[in-house]
Amino acid sequence: MNEILSKYKDEIEQILAKYPVDFKQSAVMPLLYIAQREEGYVTRAAMAEIAEIVGVSTTEVASVAGFYSLYYEAPQGKYRIQVCNDLPCAMRGADEYLKQVCEYLGVAVGETTADGLFTVEAVKCLAACHRAPMFQEMQGDRLTFHEDQTLEKTIAWIETIRSQAGVQGAQP
Amino acid sequence: MSEQEYILLRHRSIPGIDRLDVYRENGGFQAFQKAVKSMTAADVSAEVKNSGLRGRGGAGFPTGLKWSFLPNNIWPHYVVCNADESEPGTFKDREIMESNPFQFLEGVMLCAYGVQANAAYIYLRGEFWPIAQELDRRIKQLEEAGLLGDHLFGTDYSLRLYTHLGAGAYICGEETALLESLEGKLGQPRLRPPFPAVSGLYGKPTVINNVETLTNLPPIIQNGAAWYKSYGTEKSPGVKIFSLSGRVKRPGNYELPLGTTFRDLIYKYGGGIIDDRPVKAILPAGASSSIIKVDEKILDTPMDYESVAGVGSQLGSASVIVVDDTVSMAWLVEKTVNFFKHESCGKCTPCREGTYWMNHLARRINAGKAGPEEIELLNTVANQIAGKCLCALGEFSTMAVTTGIKQFREDFEARARKQSAAASPQPALHPAAEADRAEVGR
Repeated sequence: MNEILSKYKDEIEQILAKYPVDFKQSAVMPLLYIAQREEGYVTRAAMAEIAEIVGVSTTEVASVAGFYSLYYEAPQGKYRIQVCNDLPCAMRGADEYLKQVCEYLGVAVGETTADGLFTVEAVKCLAACHRAPMFQEMQGDRLTFHEDQTLEKTIAWIETIRSQAGVQGAQP
Repeated sequence: MSEQEYILLRHRSIPGIDRLDVYRENGGFQAFQKAVKSMTAADVSAEVKNSGLRGRGGAGFPTGLKWSFLPNNIWPHYVVCNADESEPGTFKDREIMESNPFQFLEGVMLCAYGVQANAAYIYLRGEFWPIAQELDRRIKQLEEAGLLGDHLFGTDYSLRLYTHLGAGAYICGEETALLESLEGKLGQPRLRPPFPAVSGLYGKPTVINNVETLTNLPPIIQNGAAWYKSYGTEKSPGVKIFSLSGRVKRPGNYELPLGTTFRDLIYKYGGGIIDDRPVKAILPAGASSSIIKVDEKILDTPMDYESVAGVGSQLGSASVIVVDDTVSMAWLVEKTVNFFKHESCGKCTPCREGTYWMNHLARRINAGKAGPEEIELLNTVANQIAGKCLCALGEFSTMAVTTGIKQFREDFEARARKQSAAASPQPALHPAAEADRAEVGR
C-alpha cells in the first residue's frame, strides 16, 4: 500500500492537478516536502512511494532529494536553526552570532542538542540581508524567518520551544 | 521618503494594498481587464517593447523582445515567473511578493496574456514557503472574483496560475535549471540552443521573467510606454529596486530611477557607512559582481546598465553590497567563493572542480596558511573556469576573485605574509588530501 498517497490523498491530487497529465514528474519536489512533514526527513520507503505516484524510478526521486539542500534523509533535531552567514549577513555580525548560538546550545554547527530539539546549521543567503543576523526555523516542511536577531532574542525563542516541549531550561 | 510616488513598492504609500479590495480601489486589475477586453496580445507586447523595460533579474535583456521570440506555430505557450531570488545581497522580490502581491500577480497575468499562455507557474525558492502559501490563497481569491479562470470577462481567453517551490538551490535562478527543477529533475542548466522561448517548459515555448520585471507591467499597460520612459535614463528606462546591504547604516530596499548614483543610494538613502568609515568597495550585483574599488569619482557613477558596465562591473539585479575599510578582501573572497562552491550544480567540470579548489585556496590564504604563490594559483584557477561552463555560475564565481586580487592584492598578501614568516611552509594539497590529513590529526 502506498502510505503517503492514502494519508494525503486530497492534497496530492491537488498538487498533481497543477501539472499536465503527461508531466506528473513535476510533482516530485512538492511530494518530497509532504514526505518530510512529520519526521523532518524523507525515508527510502517514501521515495519509492513518490516514484510510484509520479511514474519515475526511485533512483530519480532519490537523486532529487539528494540534490536540493532543504531535503533531509536522516533524522535530526525537531527544529532546525538555519543561520545565514553568507557575505552580507557576515558583514553584520552573523558569524559571531552563529558562534554564540552554538555555544548557548552546546553544539557545533551541524550538530543536534541532546534533547533532540535543535539542530544548528550554517546556510547560504536567505534574502534577508538587511535584517541580519537572522535564522530560518525549519520544522518538517514549514519554514519561518526570524530576523533582526540578537542572542537574547534567540535564547528567548529557544526557551519557549523548550518549555512547550516540557524540557528543562538551559543547563548551567 | 514619505512623499515618494512608488511604482513597485506601492505598499509603502498605500497601506493594505496586499488586500484585493484595497488593490482594486487603487486601480488594481484595470490594466489586465483593459488588455483582455480591448487589446490584442500583440498590442500588449508592443507596449512593453516600447516601454524599454529590461529584465530585472540580472541580465537586463529587453522584456518585450524576449516575448517576441516565441513562435506562433507551436502551442501551448507557458509563462514561468522566476521567484528564486537567491543572489547574496538580493531581497527585493520577496518584499514585492509579501507586501504588494496583487500587482505582482497582475503582472504575471499580463505577461501570460501578452504571449497567449493559458498557464503560468511561479517558481519560488523553497525558503519562500510562507510567501507561496499566501500567493496560493490570493490566487484562489482571484479565481473567486472572476479575474482568473475560464473565458475571462466573456472572452475566449482562459488563464490559471500555479506556485511551485524549489528546495534550496541557487542554480535554479538560472532559467534553464529552473525549468529542469520545475519538471521534477535536478536543477542543472540545459545546453542552449534551443532557447526556452522555442523549447522551454515541457518542451514548449516559454517566457521566463523575474518578479520585479513582471510587477512593472500593470503600470506600463495602464499608463503607457511614454509615461514609463519618463523615468530612468534613455537606455535604461524606468525605476529599479536597489537592495542595499553590507556596512551601511540603513540597509534595505530602495525604489529609485535607474541612473541614481552610488553616492545617493549609500549616503542619501542608506544613511552612510557604519561609524562613518570610508567606502572601500562596492559589489553592485551581489556575490556575482566584479568588485568596484571605490574613490570619490566612482561614487558619482549612475546606476544604470551601461554606466556600471563602464566602470568594469555589472548592475545585475542591483543588489548593492557595500564594503568599508574594516573588511579584508581576502576574507570577502573566501565568503563569495564558499558560496559558489556550495551552489555549483556539478554538471560542468571547470565549475565543479574549480570552485572546490578556489574555496580551498581562499580559505588557506585567509587563514594565513598559504604562501604568496597561492594567491597567483587562486587567480590561475579562476581564469581556467571563466568561459568554460554551460551557464553563468562558473563565470560569476570568479568575478570577485580576479577583480579582488587585481585591485586589492595587498589584502591577500597581508594574510599570506604570515605564512612566509612561518617555520615550515607547506604547499597546497588537493583539498581531499588536506581533509584526510585533518581527519587523522596529522
